[in-house]
Amino acid sequence: MALDSKIPEGPLAEKWTKHKFNMKLVNPANKRKYDIIVVGTGLAGASAAASLGELGYNVKVLCFQDSPRRAHSIAAQGGINAAKNYQNDGDSVFRLFYDTIKGGDYRGREANIHRLAEVSVNIIDQCVAQGVPFAREYGGLLDNRSFGGAQVSRTFYARGQTGQQLLLGAYSALSKQVKKGNVELITRTEMLDLVTIDGQARGIVTRDLQTGEIKSHSAHAVMLASGGYGNVFFLSTNAMGSNVTAAWRAHKKGAFFGNPCYTQIHPTCIPVSGDHQSKLTLMSESLRNDGRIWVPKEAKPGLKAVDAAKIPEEDRDYYLERKYPAFGNLVPRDVASRNAKQMCDEGRGVGNTGLAVFLDFSEAIKRDGYETIKAKYGNLFDMYMQITGDNPYEMPMMIYPAVHYTMGGLWVDYNLMTTIPGCYALGESNFSDHGANRLGASALMQGLADGYFVAPYTVGDYLANMPYDKIPTDHEEFKKAEQAVKERIEKLLSINGTKTVDEYHKELGNIMWEYCGMARNEEGLTKAKGLIKELREDFWKNVKVLGDNDNVNMSLEKAGRVADFLELGELMIDDAQNRKESCGGHFREESQTPEGEALRIDDEYSYVAAWEFMGEELESKLHKEELKFENVKLTQRSYK
Amino acid sequence: MNITLKVWRQNGPKDKGGFETYDVKDVSPDMSFLEMFDVLNIDLEKDGKEGIHFDHDCREGICGMCSMYINGKPHGPKDAVTTCQLHMRSFKDGDTIVVEPWRAAAFPVIKDLMVDRTSFDRIMQAGGYVDVSTGGVPDANEIPIPKVVADEAMDAAQCIGCGACVAACKNASAMLFTSAKVSQLALLPQGQVERKTRVEKMVAQMEEEGFGNCTNTGACSAVCPKEISLEHIARMNREYLSAKVSSTNV
Amino acid sequence: MSWITQTLSSSIGKKVLMALTGLFLILFLVVHLAGNLQLLVDDGGQSFNAYAYKMAHNPFIKVVSYGNFFFILLHAVIGIVLTIKNKAARKVGYHVSTKDSESTWASKNMPLLGVIILVFIVVHLMGFWAKAKLGIGEIGFVIIDGVEMHDLYTVVKTAYENILISGFYVISMIALGFHLSHGFQSAFQSLGLNHKKYTPLFKTVGTLYSYIVCFGFAIIPILMYLGISF
Repeated sequence: MALDSKIPEGPLAEKWTKHKFNMKLVNPANKRKYDIIVVGTGLAGASAAASLGELGYNVKVLCFQDSPRRAHSIAAQGGINAAKNYQNDGDSVFRLFYDTIKGGDYRGREANIHRLAEVSVNIIDQCVAQGVPFAREYGGLLDNRSFGGAQVSRTFYARGQTGQQLLLGAYSALSKQVKKGNVELITRTEMLDLVTIDGQARGIVTRDLQTGEIKSHSAHAVMLASGGYGNVFFLSTNAMGSNVTAAWRAHKKGAFFGNPCYTQIHPTCIPVSGDHQSKLTLMSESLRNDGRIWVPKEAKPGLKAVDAAKIPEEDRDYYLERKYPAFGNLVPRDVASRNAKQMCDEGRGVGNTGLAVFLDFSEAIKRDGYETIKAKYGNLFDMYMQITGDNPYEMPMMIYPAVHYTMGGLWVDYNLMTTIPGCYALGESNFSDHGANRLGASALMQGLADGYFVAPYTVGDYLANMPYDKIPTDHEEFKKAEQAVKERIEKLLSINGTKTVDEYHKELGNIMWEYCGMARNEEGLTKAKGLIKELREDFWKNVKVLGDNDNVNMSLEKAGRVADFLELGELMIDDAQNRKESCGGHFREESQTPEGEALRIDDEYSYVAAWEFMGEELESKLHKEELKFENVKLTQRSYK
Repeated sequence: MNITLKVWRQNGPKDKGGFETYDVKDVSPDMSFLEMFDVLNIDLEKDGKEGIHFDHDCREGICGMCSMYINGKPHGPKDAVTTCQLHMRSFKDGDTIVVEPWRAAAFPVIKDLMVDRTSFDRIMQAGGYVDVSTGGVPDANEIPIPKVVADEAMDAAQCIGCGACVAACKNASAMLFTSAKVSQLALLPQGQVERKTRVEKMVAQMEEEGFGNCTNTGACSAVCPKEISLEHIARMNREYLSAKVSSTNV
Repeated sequence: MSWITQTLSSSIGKKVLMALTGLFLILFLVVHLAGNLQLLVDDGGQSFNAYAYKMAHNPFIKVVSYGNFFFILLHAVIGIVLTIKNKAARKVGYHVSTKDSESTWASKNMPLLGVIILVFIVVHLMGFWAKAKLGIGEIGFVIIDGVEMHDLYTVVKTAYENILISGFYVISMIALGFHLSHGFQSAFQSLGLNHKKYTPLFKTVGTLYSYIVCFGFAIIPILMYLGISF
């Protein structure tokens, strides 16, 4: 099967406008004859379900949480980018496009990214109209802040809770449609399989997490907005329930998986405190504006934050300022993360585990005063204090990088359709807009762009060619899928081994972090592949899942998710192994400049790696979508 | 640290339920309260017993999913945090901690410490939105909003919908939750068009769900992890009365 | 008229009725206290009896007093309805009762305090009002400025000389003080009358008011029991 990205012809800036005109439409009276299922209620899912409901489609939307408002988009802190140029600082759609494609280390698709930049302005209008309380200036107009990877102020924000406010906006639009009866909301329910009939996505199979009921839902199109897969690392800034299952099930039914190895490691997270650690907490990137990052010049094992002040200035290594005098502590996320790792690998890490570096505000407090720093970062300092018990006004913070976002995901064409006709992927669950590295404040933008302004248009083009007839859920394909889901659950419950699901998940996470984390090399990846395979085989022989199917069963839910992570982990290794260059979040130790920076190999790897599932225990097949750059010139990123 | 936990166990909505006592050994003060439950659950599962079920997701205090009533206080002894942000250093070695689910007729128990809070969603569906459809909206800067008004609306908008207010209120009233949304949209110019209808519908739905009445004790605001102020309840009362008197909804 | 009944029977509507009736009774208490303080005047009850007579024969006061009874009744009935509904909103209680730093003891025990006050009102009316108005029990007459009137002063004095009665009065007034300490400011909150500038003022005035009313009403039986007058 050849990959067709369906990028419209014509000049970059006109592609989307022309495409919108060329797409087929569904008559308003006929829209209600089509059923669409949306999986997930984060920014992408909630906004898509709401918009589709408004258009008049029959929508079913489901989430595994108790309410759509819990989706992990809610945790995004910093802001959302939009090329509004309200600050008159020279921003434009093209500049946002350019920054995004450069920030993604030239591994993104030009046409998609330009469309993202185009609709970014509509998103802000939409959210303001919904009543999202964005930060304002005294004159009453919208305020902006600047973010990494850009030289203009284009980030809109609502205190440190932008994701929350945007999600609540989308949730309110969704709630309105639920009340009107256009959208059926199904909560505490998980998608466990995608059903395809004659090669088209025609429905899903779900498990009700409260009663264990396995149920089929038939539709004319299925939209996956199920988020990223950072939890394959066990420890990440993702929510505890974030999982790859919906996307993975679609992958196994024929949807190609794009660039699975592209993961973003965020440099400023609170370090792991012990084996009990269940997740990691991110501290906003904005802290790097005033905090100075350092480690001791000589290794000082076990150095505590309380004793940091005893290290004299001349014995400290402000390594980012030393190595990147132009950007200093404000280098992009991937660079900052890799350098922290390097310092710890050299044995110069601090804290009990030696896996942390200092982020020091003492100079900023001396320069600007306690009150100023408190006004800027008070919330973050409080949060740090709650978690660690240390007071960052008196001693430096300790930080360490953590998995934060996955740029990879289901491969989609320009219409956001996967390789399965009728199956779409939106938001973080697709691979499309961030290349090999995502810029800060761009995830919210993409989720809402896909949900409000892209998918609702493009789905019409597909549905216009579909018959109205509904496939009954007693169709043999549904029955087959239900049977497979039931058998898998029974299998998990019947193994009754000795190791808990969490233990497998932690082991998988350790392997992934060690060999497919911030730095990767051939030898490590080969080793990891073997280890994961072993772990997966052991899982299916020795996992212990208690309880039964017909009640809430956390252990069973988790087992299914971890089983999918075990398969995904292997694909990530395959992808990382295949891509022998370094780019963005993917750092291959074999491919670096003499100074130790990421070195792209454009001649060989300027493509999207899309993986096709060939069958259980079979190697996945690689398909390549060549990336064509007609509007930007590829350069090596430099932050010196 | 060693901790004794007295936890409510209830195997499903129809089960009678009761307290079980667990000894948790070698608890690190750096653990979060929920991580202590994780550790306990792994031990329970190893012993062939089902783990304690509780709601949780983001574990950074924003999704509003976690919901434990700890030693007589929703989200535990510390102010302005959710259960997932509570750390074991807030307790002492040898402490006995009693953990119960949120208790309210409108929040039926699902299993152990999990409760059903979909009543909150239905209150929101009754009118917690501005009725604008995607596209066709004015430019974002066409509606200037004074900074103080935007800030006050944001104070209200911070509600995470966890339900601690209901859990703490002696009447299991949902006034703080409902008023936070009513107040946010009543303050903003975008919310003016549906201002009267919104408050009427949301209050009616709130009552239909079986929440109690507000008796102004202030317990809700005191335990709110986002410190939503009682002022919003007063504003909702005002909005409701003026809507009832002046709206044309008969 | 359905919207009116619907409004008043709603959760907020009921609270508004509680607040309005409460505020009326708060005003009534001021007038009542001012009159009662005349019991302490050292004139053998002359000024108090004259005051009582005047009140009983003023048509305006008569109307107000019937309104007063009605409001007390309404306040009590809605209070009971609210309490029943509130109990139903939490069918299964907590093992550990709620601890929070903000809410006062009074605010959490308004129904209990209300019941004590209701019992007090019944006893109070049986003891004094019923005697004068319904002729139940014995009551003497005095002539002041040529007008014959009930000697209510003696009724009160006799009652307060009984330690049980004056003790009951004092305890009831403490309950009333607590009830008012929450009720006063709560009424403004229920009516939606809050303001950054004035709400703290309402709270202070409410607290002062509840102290004054509690102290003022309680000191009368104490002083009369001790036989002190001014």
